[in-house]
Amino acid sequence: MTPPARPAPPVASGDGASIATVPETRAPRTRGTAARVAKALYPVALVACALPAALLAYEAVTGRLLGDVVKILEHETGEFTMRFLAATLAVTPFRTWLGWGWLQPYRKLLGNATFAYATLHLLVYAVVDLELEAGELWASIVERPYITVGMLAWALMVPLVVTSLKAVARRLGGARWKRLHRLTYLVAVLGTTHYLWAVKKDTFWPVAYFVLFAVLLVLRLPRFRRPG
Amino acid sequence: MLIRRPGRHDPRPSEITPEAVWLDRRAFLGAAGSIAGVALAGTAIGALGGAPREARAQGDRLEPTPEELFTSYNNYYEFGTDKEDPKANSKGFRTAPWSVAVDGMCRKPGTYALEDWLKPSRVEDRTYRFRCVEAWSAVVPWRGIPLADVIRRADPLPSAKYVVFTTLYDPSRMIGQQRPVIDWPYLEGLRLDEALHPLAFLATGIYGKALPNQNGAPVRLVVPWKYGFKNIKAIVRMRFTDRQPVSTWERAAPQEYGFYANVNPAVDHPRWSQAKERPLGRFFRQETLPFNGYADQVARLYAGLDLRRNY
Repeated sequence: MTPPARPAPPVASGDGASIATVPETRAPRTRGTAARVAKALYPVALVACALPAALLAYEAVTGRLLGDVVKILEHETGEFTMRFLAATLAVTPFRTWLGWGWLQPYRKLLGNATFAYATLHLLVYAVVDLELEAGELWASIVERPYITVGMLAWALMVPLVVTSLKAVARRLGGARWKRLHRLTYLVAVLGTTHYLWAVKKDTFWPVAYFVLFAVLLVLRLPRFRRPG
Repeated sequence: MLIRRPGRHDPRPSEITPEAVWLDRRAFLGAAGSIAGVALAGTAIGALGGAPREARAQGDRLEPTPEELFTSYNNYYEFGTDKEDPKANSKGFRTAPWSVAVDGMCRKPGTYALEDWLKPSRVEDRTYRFRCVEAWSAVVPWRGIPLADVIRRADPLPSAKYVVFTTLYDPSRMIGQQRPVIDWPYLEGLRLDEALHPLAFLATGIYGKALPNQNGAPVRLVVPWKYGFKNIKAIVRMRFTDRQPVSTWERAAPQEYGFYANVNPAVDHPRWSQAKERPLGRFFRQETLPFNGYADQVARLYAGLDLRRNY
């Protein structure tokens, strides 16, 4: 089987044992029709990422969320965070295994969308649900383990978002950027643990995400990585 | 014909807010503010959806939750674990014919057609507060009969101390039961003195209509001073026993859900505070009342019981 045609492997990976993640800044220009189409559709993807949030806000304001409105908003923003995180982590395996180099520019978009939904999730909880009552918020962070790990997952995303800025990434340098961004997997573990501990009894989805993230990670390990 | 017998838990007619005033919230809040002479802060809290605690405990307007909300947002794992599942998955659920088995420590065990089990009693309407353990709440106009009626007709033996209810188990009709999310069938129990309390109720209807499938048709328990999960739905069995039963949620997560499950703002769920609740359809929370606002009537049942341990 011949690997499908794809751009030359980005950045000669010095540390062979590492999980190959590549800073956006050093990514080579992807060529070909797929890449050009992907580039043209980038603004569309940007809007698409914002669409679920816009729809939720619309439904909340117009009374279309039937039930405990705030709980529904919490659950929905949480679930979209998980979906975007899964999509983000799927980009590199898709690129290496299917040769979809054109996907690469979308990784940053999806990663930042993950953070945006996690932030919305946190804001709905802290501002709308707990009404910014400092005592209650603090108590929930220190006394309720599912909140603790959730907050930690969110906090760990902050440096990742900051270093997604081109200028910052450039100053950091490729190798360090790569090491830093492996935190994404820790975020995935913490985020899924938060999800698992938050559900009452039906653990189907949290477990499914654990399995998915494990598979995505394994696909990136050098031992399993397709020879490039 | 339906004869309405107001109980003392019902709002007096004089307490019912005139519709016009209710619809004009600004006027309503202004009036409430001047009458009660409450501080501006109190009015502001009222405007945000949570009436000051005292006003709520006494004045109790008990405006029913919009029907669409209480019939669309349900915890009923027999029809799926998402809140919107029960409504979607119970559409074709047939509740007639229906029979209820009465057994255990009683003098009149037997299996009754639902109509025969309920018929000797007069149907009543009761508007109760409803407080889910998940910290959302509602006000629901129920229709049904006092639970004490069916218990007295079963004539429990003096040795009987608890009554245990069971939900239908039929995975072919209740698709949620095809997955082992919780131990099927759902089981709930009350101490006999709790079950005989005049507030304890068996509902067959809400909002003046037959009980929708997603709300527990054809017959469900309503114990308004306890968390919602005690209010077992689609009852097929009532058993008397001398041993405290282990209810379904108690078995599933004993550190989170107890046998008593009395609404108690002072005892938190391990994962969230129970001090406040959010009425369905509203953005802001209101304070949760001890025994869900029924402390006057039921607190004596628990004299001497450590409510922190017996949550």
